[in-house]
Amino acid sequence: MKKPISLYLHIPFCVQKCLYCDFLSFPAGEEIKDRYLQALIREIMESAGRAKDRQVVSVFLGGGTPSILTAGQTEELLGAVRESYRIKSGAEITIEANPGTVTKEKLDCYRRAGINRISFGLQSARDEELRLLGRIHTYREFLESFRLAEKAGFDNINVDLICALPMQTLESWMETLKKTAALKPAHISAYSLIIEEGTPFYDRYHQEDVLRAAGERTGTLPGEETEREMYRQTVRFLEAEGYRHYEISNYGIPGRESIHNIGYWTRREYLGFGLGAASLLRECRWKNTEDLSRYLQRFSGEAPGEEACHDVREELDRLTGEDCMEEMMFLGLRMMEGVSKKRFLRETGVPVRQVYGQVIDLLKAQKLMEEDGEFLRLTPRGIDLSNYCMGQFLL
Amino acid sequence: MTEIDQSKIRNFCIIAHIDHGKSTLADRIIEMTGLLTSREMQSQVLDNMDLERERGITIKAQTVRVIYKAKDGQEYIFNLIDTPGHVDFNYEVSRSLAACDGAVLVVDAAQGIEAQTLANVYLALDHDLDVLPVINKIDLPSADPDRVAHEIEDVIGIEAMDAPRISAKSGLNVEEVLEQIVTRIPAPEGDPKAPLQALIFDSVYDSYKGVIVFCRIMNGTVRRGTPVRMMATGAEAEVVEVGYFGAGQFIPCEELSAGMVGYLTASLKNVRDTRVGDTVTNRDKPCQNPLPGYKKVNSMVYCGMYPADGAKYPDLRDALEKLQLNDAALQYEPETSVALGFGFRCGFLGLLHLEIVQERLEREYNLDLVTTAPSVIYKVYKTNGECIELTNPTNLPDPSEIQYMEEPIVNAEIMVTTEFIGAIMDLCQERRGTYISMEYMEETRALLRYELPLNEIIYDFFDALKSRSRGYASFDYEMKGYREAQLVKLDILINKEEVDALSFIVHADSAYDRGRRMCEKLKQEIPRHLFEIPIQAAIGSKVIARETVKAMRKDVLAKCYGGDITRKKKLLEKQKEGKKRMRQVGNVEIPQKAFMSVLKLDDD
Repeated sequence: MKKPISLYLHIPFCVQKCLYCDFLSFPAGEEIKDRYLQALIREIMESAGRAKDRQVVSVFLGGGTPSILTAGQTEELLGAVRESYRIKSGAEITIEANPGTVTKEKLDCYRRAGINRISFGLQSARDEELRLLGRIHTYREFLESFRLAEKAGFDNINVDLICALPMQTLESWMETLKKTAALKPAHISAYSLIIEEGTPFYDRYHQEDVLRAAGERTGTLPGEETEREMYRQTVRFLEAEGYRHYEISNYGIPGRESIHNIGYWTRREYLGFGLGAASLLRECRWKNTEDLSRYLQRFSGEAPGEEACHDVREELDRLTGEDCMEEMMFLGLRMMEGVSKKRFLRETGVPVRQVYGQVIDLLKAQKLMEEDGEFLRLTPRGIDLSNYCMGQFLL
Repeated sequence: MTEIDQSKIRNFCIIAHIDHGKSTLADRIIEMTGLLTSREMQSQVLDNMDLERERGITIKAQTVRVIYKAKDGQEYIFNLIDTPGHVDFNYEVSRSLAACDGAVLVVDAAQGIEAQTLANVYLALDHDLDVLPVINKIDLPSADPDRVAHEIEDVIGIEAMDAPRISAKSGLNVEEVLEQIVTRIPAPEGDPKAPLQALIFDSVYDSYKGVIVFCRIMNGTVRRGTPVRMMATGAEAEVVEVGYFGAGQFIPCEELSAGMVGYLTASLKNVRDTRVGDTVTNRDKPCQNPLPGYKKVNSMVYCGMYPADGAKYPDLRDALEKLQLNDAALQYEPETSVALGFGFRCGFLGLLHLEIVQERLEREYNLDLVTTAPSVIYKVYKTNGECIELTNPTNLPDPSEIQYMEEPIVNAEIMVTTEFIGAIMDLCQERRGTYISMEYMEETRALLRYELPLNEIIYDFFDALKSRSRGYASFDYEMKGYREAQLVKLDILINKEEVDALSFIVHADSAYDRGRRMCEKLKQEIPRHLFEIPIQAAIGSKVIARETVKAMRKDVLAKCYGGDITRKKKLLEKQKEGKKRMRQVGNVEIPQKAFMSVLKLDDD
């Protein structure tokens, strides 16, 4: 059996930047989009040599807003992927879509291109919250898009939600969650709003965020107690609705957990294509440039060659044995089942306790971690303090 | 070299308030007398430590000899002795002045006379120096040289109408200064045949030559092979080399005779043997009396210095040892702290001296330091009649054993424009000052005199002064003596454990306020832990202030987007790096920053 790998394709364009978003995305004209697409396709094709002996188990078109591409562009892109890589049958192929940007034609085309999973960025089921976030759609428009996708035959749909929004209460969050679950999507991602530097939200809420981090009362952002309560109720509610809480912020109907997402936490290899995309291959991590003109220029010729892929790389990291151990732990602990001790031994050649015995005992004493015969995992309190816990595993 | 005619020598220094252009004028003199071409000139030749150039202050006395061909057709030797300008180094200044026969007083044409101008002029007059006033920066738009000339005459009482009006920066009229040095500053006197009598005004340590002694020969002659004795320390040696000062280099010569300024080396290994102010004489043919004015300089301010990384303790020790070779005023002895581990209690001339040593340790020796709150020397009179000089608050005896305590008091002079008099008087009042007098220097400016406790000015008095006067106040002080005061030791408890490095002595009246602000500040600096952490300020067993660092409830990292794991790891690493810089006290981790932050409580 060939080693599994995932592919990530970054589409850095959106109609309008959301106020909280610090991802690499921006509005752009048709000409730039088209040139970018051609460059992206060349990068995908020129990189094929790297993964000859690998089998693709998931493809993810993320952004930005990948659904901003035309049907033809999307088909062309996936055509290039199929031409250059060996895709396992039944592989999970996801596209992120902004509610309101999909049509029946586009969805049909996605099906034809082999896309079998759609991830809608709903974020909230309340229009005033959507407006506050700077989203370009309403809840109603989401509903239409969701129904269209179902009609087009998509049975594996994810809905992205964000809790702990400014002015949000526990009740208003649960309303969003209940409305979403009532649609019975196969998968729900529920993240807490993070006030990221460089966003309009940062200018607006950073001071409050600092107060909150000190455990103080805040005016508009939900306090940390409320935020944690939102999290706990989310877990409880979605589990009761039949979802499996398999990763800190992700929930899936059993069998519909995201293959692509799990890959990141279990250190499956992946190749990222496009502006700013990250990769992990043969224990090397790297990231592409975030400079659009450089990226476009390097892939502008007919046959840029494999060197072009090297030239757009930045931050190449060759992981040491210790790096790999650290990653296994701080990534693996995001999974609710935890980190398998057997797997740790198999992949590193060392028993986990030999490396991390002290840390494990400390976290267990603090009731932040639990251990059974096979797994090490965070307790609910450990999840609340996951950052602190994960930090302990750096060597 | 042929014999030098005493009448062709001029030994002088330049004195000025900070930023009035002392070093710039020195540079211009060096450049115009052709010692260095302007291409070789690095701005401010005499300030040769990076730190000096950066801060625009002179720390070590520097000396340079230049030849000036005057309008009378004769060549003159100028020995320019640049002195440190700050009150911390007052004693060094006074010894440098004693080596001169005259002083060039630089006054800013816009700002006029400031506190340090006065302090320096008084010092110069005390040493019977002829003062030659120079009005600098006349090219500034706000310059008013006429007003400043009158001010010099009225306030200081020296003739200033024909004072050169110059721009040291552009070189304008600097020639006039050189001429007046020849005509207005007297030539040195002294008998080259008399027994040797030379004043030490500085010394530096050189790893090849040993201690290099800077001296002014008052009487007699010294040359290679002369057996010398330092009259105060008693150190004896044979002279290996004598010479004078080029720009940034030592130029050996045959001999130094009465009236000359130069250096000598005598395979002395320790600058402590050659204290500033001491008299060098001939061991076999000594002079009758040492030169007047020698005193041993004592530290006024103490603090604990600890390596941020405990393993660097030996490095810190070595660095202090090396610094002390060049800085006889620096004192240190080992101490240990429960919170900070092994370190040193160091003594300084003042806060600037402390800051300079700290910066040099960090910069030149690449050390990361944690410094405890500076403390003055308190006199503690015990019930058993004993008196101890307390430099570390931790060593304060039990209150039941203390009869009373005394704190050092300084005479402070503050020069301020009239609109800020009220604000500055308020400040002095808050700092427990005793009003002495106020004099109007002219319509818009006044000189305030206060007695202030030294411990009230070592923290942030200077900053407060500047901010409350929008930079218009200048300040100078000198030690007056000790006075009884109601003093208490304030302890800080973190999670019920006393943190010795945070204890300090404070006046009983300000204890409550200081304690409260300490707790508030520490609350901001100490990160949340898994448990709640009380921060308390206490006098003895009585808690006077309390804050609480809440237990950490939530610490979740942003989602990892598009598989950018490296970014996430960097965040975790940054967090871990921060942890490394923490000190464990009990089960609480205290960032090193916290120890320093309490030094600046007033930056609101």
